[in-house]
Amino acid sequence: MKRYARLLLAVVFVGLLATPFLMRHLRNRAPADADADPLKQYGFRLTESAKAAGLDFRHEAPTLDPKLAHIMPQVASMGAAVAVVDFDADGYPDLYLTNSKEGSKNRLYRNRGDGTFEDVAQRLGVADLNHPETGVSMGSVWGDYDNDGFEDLLLYRWGRPELLHNDAGQGFTPATEAAGLPPWANVNAAVWLDYDRDGRLDFFLGGYYSERVNLWKLTDTKMMPESFEYARNGGRKYLFRNRGGGRFEEVSERAGLVSRRWTLAAVAADLRGSGYPDLFIANDYGVSELFVNEGGKFREVGKETGVGYAPKSGMNASVGDVLNQGRFALYVSNISEEGILLQGNNLWVPTATESGLPKYENLATAMGVALGGWSFGAQFGDLNNDGFLDLYVANGYVSASKEESYWYDYSKIAGGHEVVISDARNWPPMGTRSLGGYQQKKVWINDGAGRFFDVAPVVGVTDRFDGRSLALADFAGRGVVDVVVANQRGPLLLYRNEVAPGRDYIAFDLEGGCRSEAVPTGCSNRSAIGAQVAVHWNGQQQVQEVSGGSGFCAQNQRRLHFGLGSAALVDKVTIRWPSGKMTELARPETNRVHKLKEPV
Amino acid sequence: MTTQALSPEASHDWRHRIGLDRIDKRYLAPILVTLVLITGQVSFGFLESWSRTFLAISTSIAVELLLGRLFGGTWPHLASAYISGISVGMLVRSPEFWPFALCSALSITSKYVLRMDGRHLWNPSNLGIVAMLVLASDTVAPLSVQWGNNLLPMVVVWFFWTFIIHALGRFHITLTYVASFLAFSALRSAVTGHPFLAEVAPITGPMYQLYIFFMITDPKTSVHPKWAQVLVAFLVAAVEAILRLFEFVHAPYYALFLVGPAANFVEIVLARRARTRAAPRPAAA
Repeated sequence: MKRYARLLLAVVFVGLLATPFLMRHLRNRAPADADADPLKQYGFRLTESAKAAGLDFRHEAPTLDPKLAHIMPQVASMGAAVAVVDFDADGYPDLYLTNSKEGSKNRLYRNRGDGTFEDVAQRLGVADLNHPETGVSMGSVWGDYDNDGFEDLLLYRWGRPELLHNDAGQGFTPATEAAGLPPWANVNAAVWLDYDRDGRLDFFLGGYYSERVNLWKLTDTKMMPESFEYARNGGRKYLFRNRGGGRFEEVSERAGLVSRRWTLAAVAADLRGSGYPDLFIANDYGVSELFVNEGGKFREVGKETGVGYAPKSGMNASVGDVLNQGRFALYVSNISEEGILLQGNNLWVPTATESGLPKYENLATAMGVALGGWSFGAQFGDLNNDGFLDLYVANGYVSASKEESYWYDYSKIAGGHEVVISDARNWPPMGTRSLGGYQQKKVWINDGAGRFFDVAPVVGVTDRFDGRSLALADFAGRGVVDVVVANQRGPLLLYRNEVAPGRDYIAFDLEGGCRSEAVPTGCSNRSAIGAQVAVHWNGQQQVQEVSGGSGFCAQNQRRLHFGLGSAALVDKVTIRWPSGKMTELARPETNRVHKLKEPV
Repeated sequence: MTTQALSPEASHDWRHRIGLDRIDKRYLAPILVTLVLITGQVSFGFLESWSRTFLAISTSIAVELLLGRLFGGTWPHLASAYISGISVGMLVRSPEFWPFALCSALSITSKYVLRMDGRHLWNPSNLGIVAMLVLASDTVAPLSVQWGNNLLPMVVVWFFWTFIIHALGRFHITLTYVASFLAFSALRSAVTGHPFLAEVAPITGPMYQLYIFFMITDPKTSVHPKWAQVLVAFLVAAVEAILRLFEFVHAPYYALFLVGPAANFVEIVLARRARTRAAPRPAAA
């Protein structure tokens, strides 16, 4: 009898060993059918068309201090960034691309309005901005800091940040000196926000490497993170309060924004309905931080809200009302490599409120958006106009040799103690090895029932470049969201979107009431950054907020675009301006852009 | 990992003075690992989640109860299953829940399936983790987080665990492995040209602390003579060094998976032969 029982147990044991295969089979029963017509099955199709549109940009990486030569590919692994901005206020979104090689040129692509672009960066003085003496570009965000109706350029670098005033779309004037920006800071995240709601845009800068480090002139090699999970030796944070007249004051300490974590991304949004923008920061080598804004003073509540416990490698910060509940979820990208490191990306969904603070749960696994690879930039947007926000994620770290991997070496050093990991000399040489390279991107479509499904290859996203920064915009005013992706050491990609007929949308261009000629009182910044729009239709609602930068080193179009599904009838739209004023539209017309100015 | 019993030769007066010899030694390791788990999670958040770890522990205990009763005829002592479950809960990383349950179930079931002369050959949690790393690599990775930035947690861990492992008479295994690992690190550094500290780095992480104190010292899956335990610890480090030269990320788990049962097998076969030789020969007709 016992013999048979043992035999049965052996069969059970084999069955247990086979379970992973079964789970894999069940998981791979995704709805993505490679032969399906994406327009019919998913309601949209993306076609890469950068060259046809005149976008011939290719990112080049810097060459840093020779002491880092052995690990140069992974240290010089950022800087490809894209921001969408209508710099000449002609109604069409333009593009600003940063480059990072010493002497390389940034690009400002003006949208001609017919689906093509022309580079005007050199002519307007925003091209030649990458030199070892001043540092090289990591990204940009645009905001109208003087309320003159034209978006100004905040360029952040591993080096000196620059503020460039937009002269009515005809050129740019350096405004860095007057603004009092620091002489050197290794910044990888910046956002415009009106944190004190005075009608003038302020801005946040998040340091990655310490500002004491000049990556071209290292005094020693102890500039790496002191830990893979608990590093606090990164760059400081800056909060520049706009005093008007092109002058700013640095108030981070006074405002409670103090951290030395390794910041790679930040997003500002009103997460509590207080009217003030809160600040969420995604940090590499550690936990994320959530600074709630209590009337102009920040308080870090990462642990209280649940987002600040498990340390990972935060590389993205974006917000989206993924469940159409009128509340923002936060998406943070991390590192996932099969069998080696499975951090999983985080989708922090608010599930409750306690003592005025939202409580977040990480529902990334449950909703199917956890495993993305070595993920960087991500943005929410309704790609198929079905009424639910989808998620596009750029992946891939260093694509070099296809035969040799740096993962073993990386895993060796990453687990090491502070004295080992913090000194670049101890890092194994990388040579031509890849690390998380040649990865497939993720285009996760939201089924509206709490699940996302990856349809990237089916809808036309098959590139394997090292994706970094991505932004969404309706470049041709077609009522659909296109995708633009900046790749490290790779070409810029423009995925033009084609949405199946019969899917409705509604969009909003907002303009705050403050003007440059008057001291702002009771009005909102002219860029309307921080304005929230809630669209109510077919018994549901979706909230979006005008953002001064989100994702990874990126900025989406200023316009808020809402997909509505078929035969949609919008009941009402409410706009809450940063000043607190409210505007309500009853039964607004669909399939058009509504241009709204804040009421005086 | 399983629980350990205090060896008679390891009993000394100081243990009597502090009352250590009055504690059921099977509880020492579970108590210690539980403290490490709670401290690590509260201080550094090193678990995937409480719920996943609880799932691993409860599965381990449930399977042990079932199989122990079925095949042993009595309700088994649960310290061993508890440690296996807690090890899985700490060492396995996965965004999913099922790998924690499966790894625990595999670990415990292996004890009842992969047996020879009444002994199980593989360290249960080592087998479970290796099986998951090989068969479910798309969903599972090993523990990679650290215990903060400074040496203090390491010193505390080393102090308490050395105390316990010494009391259990197994510290020579840990010491041999660490010394061998350092020597092989120097050798690998010479071969690969990589910095010596890069080769040493892994052993400074928490995964290795669990590995060197609780996994390789498991009395139920290690050989009996002290000299053989030292030899096996050295061989585990040697095989790991070879695997590392071939860039196996999970070299320590694989090394123990290969060397541990091989050593047990040899010991069991030799014991069999000895028994055969010692048995009285049947009288000639």
